[in-house]
Amino acid sequence: MPVGETQATRSPNDKGINMQVPAPFEYERATSVDHAIALMERLGSEARVVAGGHSLIPMMKLRLATPEYLIDINDLAAELGYIRVEGAEVRIGAMTRHRELLESDELATLLPIFRDAEKVIADPVVRNRGTLGGSLCQADPSEDLSAVCDALNASCVIRSKDGERVVSMHDFHRGPYETAVADGEILTEVRIPLRPNSSSAYHKVERRAGDWAVASAGAAVTMDGGTIADGRVGLCAVGPNLTNVEPISAALRGQVPSEELFATVGQIASDNASPSTDTRGTADYKSHLAKELTIRSLRKAVARATGQD
Amino acid sequence: MTVTEDPVDTNAVPTPDNNLNDHKPNGFGRMLRKEDPRLVRGRGQFCDDVTVPGMLHLAILRAPMAHARIVSIDKSAAEAHPKVKAVVTGEDLAAHNLAWMPTLSNDVQAVLATDKVRFQHQEVAFVVAEDRYSARDALELIDVEYEWLEPVIDVRKALEPDAPVIRDDLDGKTDNHCFDWEAGDAEATEAIFADARENGVVVTEDIVYPRVHPAPMETCACVADLDPVSGKLTLWSTTQAPHAHRTVYALVAGLPEHKIRVIAPDIGGGFGNKVPIYPGYVCSIVASLLIGKPVKWAEDRTENLVSTGFARDYIMRGEIAATKEGKIRAVRTEVLADHGAFNGVAAPVKYPAGFFGVFTGSYDLEAAYAHMSAVYTNKAPGGVAYACSFRITEAVYLIERMVDVLAYDLEMDPAELRLNNFIQPEQFPYESKTGWVYDSGDYEPTMRKAMGMAGYDELRKEQAEKRERGELMGIGISFFTEAVGAGPRKDMDILGLGMADGCELRVHPTGKAVVRLSVKTQGQGHETTFAQIIAEEIGIPPEDIDVVHGDTDNTPFGLGTYGSRSTPVSGAAAALVARKVRDKAQIIASGMLEASVADVEYEAGTFRIKGDPEKSVTIQDIAMKAHGAGDLPEGLEGGLEAQICYNPENLTYPFGAYICVVDVDPGTAEVKVRRFVAVDDCGTQINPMIIEGQVHGGLADGVGMALMEMISFDEDGNCLAGSLMDYLIPTAMEVPDWETGHTVTPSPHHPIGAKGIGESATVGSPPAIVNAVVDALKPYGIRHADMPLTPSRVWEAMRGNHTPPI
Repeated sequence: MPVGETQATRSPNDKGINMQVPAPFEYERATSVDHAIALMERLGSEARVVAGGHSLIPMMKLRLATPEYLIDINDLAAELGYIRVEGAEVRIGAMTRHRELLESDELATLLPIFRDAEKVIADPVVRNRGTLGGSLCQADPSEDLSAVCDALNASCVIRSKDGERVVSMHDFHRGPYETAVADGEILTEVRIPLRPNSSSAYHKVERRAGDWAVASAGAAVTMDGGTIADGRVGLCAVGPNLTNVEPISAALRGQVPSEELFATVGQIASDNASPSTDTRGTADYKSHLAKELTIRSLRKAVARATGQD
Repeated sequence: MTVTEDPVDTNAVPTPDNNLNDHKPNGFGRMLRKEDPRLVRGRGQFCDDVTVPGMLHLAILRAPMAHARIVSIDKSAAEAHPKVKAVVTGEDLAAHNLAWMPTLSNDVQAVLATDKVRFQHQEVAFVVAEDRYSARDALELIDVEYEWLEPVIDVRKALEPDAPVIRDDLDGKTDNHCFDWEAGDAEATEAIFADARENGVVVTEDIVYPRVHPAPMETCACVADLDPVSGKLTLWSTTQAPHAHRTVYALVAGLPEHKIRVIAPDIGGGFGNKVPIYPGYVCSIVASLLIGKPVKWAEDRTENLVSTGFARDYIMRGEIAATKEGKIRAVRTEVLADHGAFNGVAAPVKYPAGFFGVFTGSYDLEAAYAHMSAVYTNKAPGGVAYACSFRITEAVYLIERMVDVLAYDLEMDPAELRLNNFIQPEQFPYESKTGWVYDSGDYEPTMRKAMGMAGYDELRKEQAEKRERGELMGIGISFFTEAVGAGPRKDMDILGLGMADGCELRVHPTGKAVVRLSVKTQGQGHETTFAQIIAEEIGIPPEDIDVVHGDTDNTPFGLGTYGSRSTPVSGAAAALVARKVRDKAQIIASGMLEASVADVEYEAGTFRIKGDPEKSVTIQDIAMKAHGAGDLPEGLEGGLEAQICYNPENLTYPFGAYICVVDVDPGTAEVKVRRFVAVDDCGTQINPMIIEGQVHGGLADGVGMALMEMISFDEDGNCLAGSLMDYLIPTAMEVPDWETGHTVTPSPHHPIGAKGIGESATVGSPPAIVNAVVDALKPYGIRHADMPLTPSRVWEAMRGNHTPPI
């Protein structure tokens, strides 16, 4: 702002009220998914759904978010808290807590990327409350599970009063803090395709346990004998959007895994990243990590898929 | 003097099986803390637990920008809020001449901004309301119009001729210069540097000790209750120095000192953060005065991080002159110190740079010189807070980093280089080239002990093998000497208050006792340690001694707890007041034993006739006699109590050898602290368990500062560390199992030979960790990298970016 210009303050933060007490709000407790949807219909766009609350509540305390209504869906934990293998698919309810994702042995066997990631997501207090659905809907560019689901080619089930629709992760994640979930809609389930001879892995660099990622990368591969039939990489904290996986997948498809291949693909991942410099690290460093962590995740995923881990 | 040896091996590691910490010494030794049953069960009473009938709540509106003129403030909407009792601006305070207050460094600081705001989050107005939420809600209703001014954020540009003047409130101020300070002999030092440039070696390095924050678990808070009838103010507040605060309030507010009672209840960590007087305290007192009701103010985490006393922020150029064989001859430094918008440093008046003068370290030098320019910037004030022993943290970091720089250039082992330059035991008391008189020391055994515990030679072998394989392993050493226990009143005062400390001891008729201290624990364990000192001297068991502190109506005057001064100053007072009581007890004992005083001897709570050990009385017998019926020896008053005010003869100089082992991931540049060996010498040990606790905490602190902590700002002066998601403090995941040990070199002038320990590990550990990381990066040709060594900064250093972009 140029010298001498005056500013009439507007938003609370402009006023320097960097406080840790939320603005007044009303609170409703949903008892079923249909009830939650009905509440959203009735209360309109000033209502927000709260699940684990580990992102929304801090934002409210800082008055970065000032919803008029909170619709608490924690009573839906039974209805939407599950990890089920159905056919060639894993279905995970949106209210499944981080801790359940971490502790599920079945998930660790089928999709080890989840345990890799959950071990380094926040801390036990957050993991006890935070949910898969909450993480994806928050759509923070530094949020690990979006990268995990991206690498796994997951799709998201969104329900409204008019019924369900299923969207790919690519269509779900619209950008920072923005998803395909519209007013009156709720994310209910995440579906992940299962393929034989497949595995996955996740690597993250953080300044300290429990910190957001400086950068992280997850990889999922499907092997066909000695070659990679299919592979995907999801990156986290290296730009506003999900990774453009297509060039990565193209580079992996049909190739024999090798350090050279991983390095090539890591470079593609790095070239696809658009990080910015902040207190977590320089843009150059984060670009470097995009490559380094892609290499490590691919190496690990291939080793797991081929039984060499 | 005698040193009482702890009956158990204090180097042994306490485990659930050996109950090492659980025996009950009648004096010094391991003992569980008396305060812990209360604290670990959540029964502590902290400021925010204090509730007084009719209490109102205060919240502070803070500035959104770092430098701006206040054009207008409209508070009408806030005043109309149904639950608001008062809205007060700087202009309102100015009407009572209360808009500005003195800092502890004879500067002034705005209580509420009147003319302009000088740092982001500066206090602009306050609201008092019926509840905490309404007070906060009403802040949003205050409309302030600001005129933006160019801020001074980069300390290196603060003294440029065209830099905006921050402190135009000061008469005739035309620049951002705060003060200059120097120590040592510039000419003699330059002569040695000139010689070394010709015949020896000179190393120079630019070293930044970034701005960090104490970040105590409990933020600052107070309850001010000015009774309109009695005119007496009771202030519960988070203060490390209740008596000093009381006097300052008396001087600022014009209240009579006897009508002020400052109570510091349980305090959840201080680290210097609770030494200054903050605007929030003053606002609360004013609010209680205006409204006639008790008023509570409790800042939130963000307010604590962005507005209260920060620490460090020294930009240092270090130089060493040495011989080619590695004999250090002289040290020189030029420092640029960022003091923020107001000089809020809490240090003895004659020491504006604190005790930075001990930057000569543990080495026998021919000359030394330091020059410092302190400047104002548009950042929060503070400066000395944070477990730093009055800037010794910066001093130790400078010298210990520079010694490693010299070792790098000379291709010498850093342990050997240190061993070759230590002050020798026979040189104590040693007067340093900057005028500090080190009381006692025997450095080599301490260093050798640490090297032995670490397996230093083996570590070097392992490192060599790993380097062959491209793995990055580093070994870092620091050897520090501190100067703690301020201080002798001939040299040291804060705002004219001498730094002596009182102590009162009263033995009750049944032989139980109460000891009253001027210092105040914030977690250090005073209620245990001081009971042990009394027990050691007069034999009353620690559990029979009540330690009263933190209440100005019930304790003697003294300057409080910071700078590791409690044991050196107040601990000495406690020992001496106990000896006064013991002397009187001995006279009473002589009457009871029908012997002359000279024929009575004392040991461990019992007085007996020399040569006739059967005839004895205990301190408890004597206490009853002192208060009971029957005659006492002629001329003796009844009762058994004493008081004292102790003026320390000198500071105490604890020291230690720290060795850190790190592994650095060559691909991601992540640093893992694998091992940390800490051998401390704080003289006589009172409670080795508490000492270990202090050391453990300080070492974790060091990991934080070395690897992750920094209060940073963007170019507009926005503070980027306003939450614990942004300002990182280490967790159990980042720290190794500490390997601690000790040597004992008593202080010759302290009654029990004890030295301070509270800050040793915070002071000594950052250089050990940074030296280890830099050592690990040796294959990259790096001899320095600035803290905090986050993965990004380490990676940038590996690429040759010495000065990190962020």
